[in-house]
Amino acid sequence: MGGGHSHALYLPGTSPLHRARPQCKLAAAFLFVLAVVATPREAFWAFGVYALLLTGLARVARLPLPTLARRLVIELPFLLFALFLPLVGQGERVEVLGLSLAREGLWAAWNIVAKGTLGVATSVILAATTPVPELLRGLERLRLPAAFTTVAGFMVRYADVIVDEVRRMRIARISRGHDPRWIWQARAVAATAGTLFIRSYERGERVYLAMVSRGWTGSMPVLQELGATRGQWLAALCLPALAALVAATAWGTRP
Amino acid sequence: MTAAPPPALEVEGVAFAYPDGHQALFGVSFRIQPGERVALLGPNGAGKTTLVLQCNGVLLPGAGRVAVTGLPVAAEHLKEIRRRVGIVFQDPDDQLFMPTVAEDVAFGPANLGLRGAELETRVKAALAAVGMEEHAARPPHHLSFGQRRRVAVATVLAMEPDILILDEPSSNLDPASRRELAEIVTGLDVTILMVTHDLPYALQLCPRALVMNGGAITADGPTAELLADAELLAANRLELPFGFDPAALRVR
Ligand SMILES: Nc1ncnc2c1ncn2[C@@H]1O[C@H](COP(=O)(O)OP(=O)(O)OP(=O)(O)O)[C@@H](O)[C@H]1O
Ligand SMILES: [Mg+2]
Repeated sequence: MGGGHSHALYLPGTSPLHRARPQCKLAAAFLFVLAVVATPREAFWAFGVYALLLTGLARVARLPLPTLARRLVIELPFLLFALFLPLVGQGERVEVLGLSLAREGLWAAWNIVAKGTLGVATSVILAATTPVPELLRGLERLRLPAAFTTVAGFMVRYADVIVDEVRRMRIARISRGHDPRWIWQARAVAATAGTLFIRSYERGERVYLAMVSRGWTGSMPVLQELGATRGQWLAALCLPALAALVAATAWGTRP
Repeated sequence: MTAAPPPALEVEGVAFAYPDGHQALFGVSFRIQPGERVALLGPNGAGKTTLVLQCNGVLLPGAGRVAVTGLPVAAEHLKEIRRRVGIVFQDPDDQLFMPTVAEDVAFGPANLGLRGAELETRVKAALAAVGMEEHAARPPHHLSFGQRRRVAVATVLAMEPDILILDEPSSNLDPASRRELAEIVTGLDVTILMVTHDLPYALQLCPRALVMNGGAITADGPTAELLADAELLAANRLELPFGFDPAALRVR
């Protein structure tokens, strides 16, 4: 069976960050990213402060920085895109190492790289300190429609089962001499996708029957009250409040 | 008025066709008394699973009636019927869908309206009954197959059903897990209907057996007698494992 891919991002721990209520963490992360995005791109120092704040958080949560850094790699495609902007940009140009680059393009690239990295780093820390089921419960507490969180929960629960099914079908294919390097064998891959769809659909039907058999009537029972106290909210919102302060100062001191 | 207790499960003349027109049950009738353990035997496609789904109203019969301890299975009683009838499905992955084992076990009783401490004791008791207390906080998909099967049994026990229906509970289990499951099942104080292809297992756990073939009941009697009847077994595509001596059954 699956090796728990869906929990791969979570790094268990007992830090205050791990113990914080998921809805507080989600709200704090969202507001923090908003503040980052709203910061003028010329305020280099502000981005430095944000980076320091996040590093401090990672420290508090005792997360290994190298692991976090490696996870930042998912934003690489966006960074590549940003790299092109100075080359293809229009308008005033500057010379850097013998290359003629567009000034506006450089600013745009810096903007994407700085804000993107900070945003991804925030989510990486959130995911490393909050297991997926808790994230979903947090979203539920934040009044996201139950249909959305329920479906997301099932996706998480059955991702492993489906990944495993894909793996088994692939093994069955290659055991019978299938070699997906050749284009004419794409048909078998397409057929696998079709079969996977039907199997998943039928699995859905069976899960539904099992749920109905246990008295399900359309809404998931709330098993635990995960309410957050005022104190927990205040503690969590310190971070975005600081960030907002920084962003406001950056705007205020803009030349 | 005689005060005989109603049968735990009463199935009378049940016929059923799937929406695609495939007729799966042709007038099935039997009764199970409270406290009985009954095996339901039959080849692939006999209609066993279809019959099981009639017992808690997931499928409603086209003709005939089903009653659980006297309460007819009908749309207006479904909630109570589903409390009384607990079904353990063949694939535990279909049955375990919550993020943790404890939450999965709590799902059924929570649907019945239980909350707080009462819910917690139910969950603990059910997990203890199958020996899975220490795994309460784990995600179900990190458990071994046998452990998942046991949790699946716990999810149903937590609803404190009057009748427990197991659809092929021993399939895909290693011999030790099979034995453990047998110990769990024999230790329970509920009426049991167990669908199985495993004839020695049926003999071990269930004094009585129903044989089903082609959507109808073809035999109903003491398990040992049915398994000793070579003609009956052959006529219903049932086979004892190699080396299993039916003559040894008669002495029992
Ligand atoms: N959803 C469905 N739609 C149409 N026909 C179905 C459906 N499910 C089952 N059937 C048909 O109904 C008949 C009885 O199926 P059922 O699943 O009850 O058999 P079973 O005795 O449980 O078999 P097995 O031992 O293989 O589990 C079979 O012929 C099957 O093809
Ligand atoms: Mg079946």
